[in-house]
Amino acid sequence: MPAETRTRAKDSGLRDRLSHGLEAPICLTWELTYACNLACVHCLSSSGRRDPRELTSAEAMAVVDELVAMKVFYVNIGGGEPMLRPDFFDLIGYAVDHRVGVKFSTNGTRLDRSKAERLAAMDYLDVQISLDGATAEVNDGVRGSGSYAAARVAMDNLAAAGFGPFKISVVVTRHNVGQLDALAALADHYGAQLRVTRLRPSGRGADSWGDLHPSAAQQRFLYEWLRDRPSVLTGDSFFHLSALGEPLEGLNLCGAGRVVCLIDPVGDVYACPFVIHDDFLAGNVRDPGGFTTVWRESGLFSSLREPTSAGACASCGSYDACRGGCMAAKFFTGLPLDGPDPECVFGHGAEALAALPGSELPRPAPDHSAGRVPVRLVPRG
Amino acid sequence: MACAGSTERVSSPGDATGTLPEAFDPDRPWRLHHQVALRDESFGALAYHYGNRRLVFLRSRTLVELVEALETFDSASDALDAKTTAAQRPSYERALAGLAASEVIDAR
Repeated sequence: MPAETRTRAKDSGLRDRLSHGLEAPICLTWELTYACNLACVHCLSSSGRRDPRELTSAEAMAVVDELVAMKVFYVNIGGGEPMLRPDFFDLIGYAVDHRVGVKFSTNGTRLDRSKAERLAAMDYLDVQISLDGATAEVNDGVRGSGSYAAARVAMDNLAAAGFGPFKISVVVTRHNVGQLDALAALADHYGAQLRVTRLRPSGRGADSWGDLHPSAAQQRFLYEWLRDRPSVLTGDSFFHLSALGEPLEGLNLCGAGRVVCLIDPVGDVYACPFVIHDDFLAGNVRDPGGFTTVWRESGLFSSLREPTSAGACASCGSYDACRGGCMAAKFFTGLPLDGPDPECVFGHGAEALAALPGSELPRPAPDHSAGRVPVRLVPRG
Repeated sequence: MACAGSTERVSSPGDATGTLPEAFDPDRPWRLHHQVALRDESFGALAYHYGNRRLVFLRSRTLVELVEALETFDSASDALDAKTTAAQRPSYERALAGLAASEVIDAR
């Protein structure tokens, strides 16, 4: 068959090809700054303070030039809070002018009416407003006091500016999984698209994951909920749930170092946004040869593109559906990378976690937390 | 933040551009959609539509050549005749219909 134009897990041939890596990433995540005015308890990049080694405007534009040459179609821009960079509009303008599409995530606190109008005037641009609950109580418990109201103001501003269908981006937790219908209704209210992604024990999430990650029953509910709503975007992040039955939409594979990667604010290139740790550091865009050489020649990425062993999952009939789940989730919970995901839908991960010796877990690094007292967590419920 | 490239989906073809994609008529002239970029890969090519944000995999070199050649033929049928064997033709015609549905190609 010459042309399968849908992206489905059933298409294992395509998935195998992608697992061996591409000439360039399909897309990549680019955190522009570690500076952030919020201190979300699950922040994947432990953001807060700006790093003095942050890429300059000229260096960032040189990265865009490389992405153009590599024909990278779009970048997912985040942080930190990317809108805190004084050259934010210069950088995203430079990217879209060179036909590198931009999808950027923001907490919305800097998205006033005039900025919304500037954004609405740009092509190839998608905006994702982060919101982790349908109510201030649930959202602010994770993202901090006042963050729900600020995000809603940003959405109002985008709607008033005629931006079109922006995205509401939700990290699914134990506390908001029961609000998915309300979040979908909120998206409908704005003519927005709902995007839900998986919580990982990365960054400050290493400390909050145990309290926040959905229960096994909630995961089954989430799988059914997503199956019924194929228009909800997921960043392909819930592929571990595909072991429950028919695969979810998407490629259903871990693309780390194979089809995606992360460029962090100081130019360090990691296998994915959820593994900011020396073990997954492939190089730096300031190295000779730049990002292109890191992507194509790094030893780490080459090893990630080798065939992987199913390890402890080899005897499980669902391995082909979930592929052992998320590398980052395993790494930061202390599980072997060739074994079950900590949220394995059959409970093998929970068993493996319970059997772990009480040794120290890998710590996410670097940590740019501002050192403030973390915001309170909502009570378990 | 995407595990495998965050392939976007729209609820139905055409939503993003406000128009429905045209049904594939092989007797009409077609071309690569002006908002679509191709990138060669070992398996064929990746196609990305900047309008509807869809990522599509073109899974053979022949299909990539066929899509790129559409513009130079008076009809898709002529392009199929030139670029595929009789045995290949039906599956490549189906492939083009799929690409028309996801707006990778459009009638000109």
